[in-house]
Amino acid sequence: MLRISTFRRGGVHPDDKKELSRGSAVETLPMPSKLVVPLSQHLGAPAKAVKAKGDTVVKGEKIGVASSFVSADVHSPCSGTISDVTTVRLANGASCEAVVITPDAVQPEMYNVRYDWKNESPSALLETIKDMGIVGMGGATFPVHVKLAVPEGKKAEYLVINAVECEPYLTSDYRSLMERTDETLEGIMILDRILSPEHIVIGIEANKMDAAQLLEEHIKSHGYPVEVQPLKMKYPQGDEKQLLKAVTGREVPSGKLPIDIGAVVCNAGTVYAVYEACVFHKPLIERIVTVSGEAVKNPKNILSPVGASAADLLAFAGGYNTDNVDKLISGGPMMGFAFADEQCPVTKGTSGILALKGADLEAGVCVSCGKCVAHCPMGLMPNRMFRNIKNGRYKEALDLGLLDCKECGCCAFICPAHLPLVQGFKLGKKMGRKK
Amino acid sequence: MKTVSASPHVHTSMDIRKSMLFVLIALLPSCIWGVYAFGLRALLVLAVSVAASLLTEFLLGLIDKKNTLPDLSAAVTGLLIGMNMPPEIPLYIPVIASFFAIFVVKWTFGGLGCNWMNPALAGRVFVFFSFSSAMSTFTAPRALRADVLASATPLSAVKTAISSGMQNMDYEGVLGQLGYTATSFAQSISGALGISPYTVDAFFGNIGGCIGEVSALALLIGGIFLIATKVITWHIPVVYLGSFSILSWVFGGLRAGTGLFSGEILMPLFTGGLMLGAFFMATDWVTTPTTKKGEVIFAIGCGFFTFLIRYFGSLPEGVSLAIILMNILTPTIDRYVRVKKFGYVKPVKEAKK
Repeated sequence: MLRISTFRRGGVHPDDKKELSRGSAVETLPMPSKLVVPLSQHLGAPAKAVKAKGDTVVKGEKIGVASSFVSADVHSPCSGTISDVTTVRLANGASCEAVVITPDAVQPEMYNVRYDWKNESPSALLETIKDMGIVGMGGATFPVHVKLAVPEGKKAEYLVINAVECEPYLTSDYRSLMERTDETLEGIMILDRILSPEHIVIGIEANKMDAAQLLEEHIKSHGYPVEVQPLKMKYPQGDEKQLLKAVTGREVPSGKLPIDIGAVVCNAGTVYAVYEACVFHKPLIERIVTVSGEAVKNPKNILSPVGASAADLLAFAGGYNTDNVDKLISGGPMMGFAFADEQCPVTKGTSGILALKGADLEAGVCVSCGKCVAHCPMGLMPNRMFRNIKNGRYKEALDLGLLDCKECGCCAFICPAHLPLVQGFKLGKKMGRKK
Repeated sequence: MKTVSASPHVHTSMDIRKSMLFVLIALLPSCIWGVYAFGLRALLVLAVSVAASLLTEFLLGLIDKKNTLPDLSAAVTGLLIGMNMPPEIPLYIPVIASFFAIFVVKWTFGGLGCNWMNPALAGRVFVFFSFSSAMSTFTAPRALRADVLASATPLSAVKTAISSGMQNMDYEGVLGQLGYTATSFAQSISGALGISPYTVDAFFGNIGGCIGEVSALALLIGGIFLIATKVITWHIPVVYLGSFSILSWVFGGLRAGTGLFSGEILMPLFTGGLMLGAFFMATDWVTTPTTKKGEVIFAIGCGFFTFLIRYFGSLPEGVSLAIILMNILTPTIDRYVRVKKFGYVKPVKEAKK
């Protein structure tokens, strides 16, 4: 195996807690009695509803269409009747329009006809991906067809597959790699056909060496031109900027995109969605969600339709093991969103639903220990930015590089005074943009 | 009750209280040695310093209506003050030092996190200049109790001897000339290693001095423990000790008339509270720079001023003053030292594109 590399600056080592769910194979959630499918499950403009209350829909039928360049289509995860078009609050706190569907008792068997993608042109494949509403499933939910459309004059030298999954607790990408190894690799070859990069590298952290080994074996037997790059465990290695630094040694310049250094990063789970889209013309209507945390009875990885509620998934995982659940989180514990309403729907970007014990810690005072500075992967000075924001000096905070902050949470994780640094930066960005 | 709050939702367990607890643990070996070497009187001094410090913090907390004792920072300050006292010091002196440290240096500026000078050092320096003779009267350690001369610290003995005309000799020569004794244990090791027996005694702690500063070995163990548990990083202690060693080696021989590149390194490193200062005082979170680059500048400054005061000042020791001087410069260092951002592009370059 190759040398184990990592990014150099900053980063933290949270307890990875993956043992709770890493051993449990993906189980399919029985179709719930109601699906609430939000029309804004991606970065960019929300999709526009094309169905109304009372309409019947077939599984995979479009219920929302992309409303601008950076946007994505939304499909029905089931055959059924639309019982309402309403507004819901998502786990991240945003409100958006959502289509409420009552699924039919019997769901059709679909997506078992293989299409030959090898004879399709890259632009036709790209069109298929757009048509199937594929978005990045690692959390940022950037529409994949936009990411793969390399702008004129730029070249994707590297295609980096993000199998890092550095957030604690989450094992959805890991299970996907273990159980859908060949499919994921075929998905990578589809991306290879679209981008024709010089290097294809799968970045994977050292806590998933079994998956890395499995990938290598399958790559060898197929003869794919793909490299597996094991990485030292360090959060936030799954962030594309840190991942690219670790894999290629290049730094994405401040305010630029990976394509500016000749790289495209794609999450491992997304690659599987691309595979299903191009081989079976199956839209993104379901995903693997890790349901875990100390307060969950049987942590597991669940294949859930988009629109199922957190309550559905938690019930399928045996419910809570305690009466005192302190936090519900959508995503991982470092960057995920805390939410209170169990009716919150699963979206294309929901990698995990966590129920945690342990109340929030009380914030103390800054003791200038400098740990936030030492651990910031972006080379920022969180202590100074926070002080400026606290005193209403948003301009000074912006001058210190506030917009380079991606809210990874390393500073707030390591802060011995438990200062709400990330919360401060979210506020600072909002207020700074206003002025 | 489910709470909704901003990410991250997990935190390191290393909070302020736990870090302070680790500092206390790291100081233990040196305290234990101090009590062993100087007797139970030393334990009394340590206890009184800590108690005075905690009491001051508690009373001031009554004014602010908050109890800050659980963060343990006052206990650390008190213990450091006690460790910086000679064993036979009249007990009112550490009480005054603790009160000055907690009240004047820490509380008046806003409490933990807001002081701009290391409270323990400020307390020590305050009583050092107020009660100079009591603060400079040392007793011999247990192993050298029969010897009267050993009650002077080796550094001050050497300094006095050189300034009164004893030239062209190294530490061993000067101390030998003065009739300074070394333990038989040190003499047996020294023969085998070729190091001066006085240096060996200083390393293990068989010398006169303040309670908590005599054993370089015990302090080194504590310091390594703090680095291993990531309470502090290696930057400040290593650069401080390194820059001081280099300066001592290059210029240290000048005052004894032996020329450049003849200064001694080990003996000055192990004595005069340098180990205590480098690992436990110069690494104080609050009063040192927040960037690694700043920390290196800070530590070089500490090394430089310690060297300057020790070799060319009127005092035998310079660690406390050097660190306090650099504490004063810390806000300035922090203002001008910036870290390089990830993906930083020079503005000029960007304009060209």
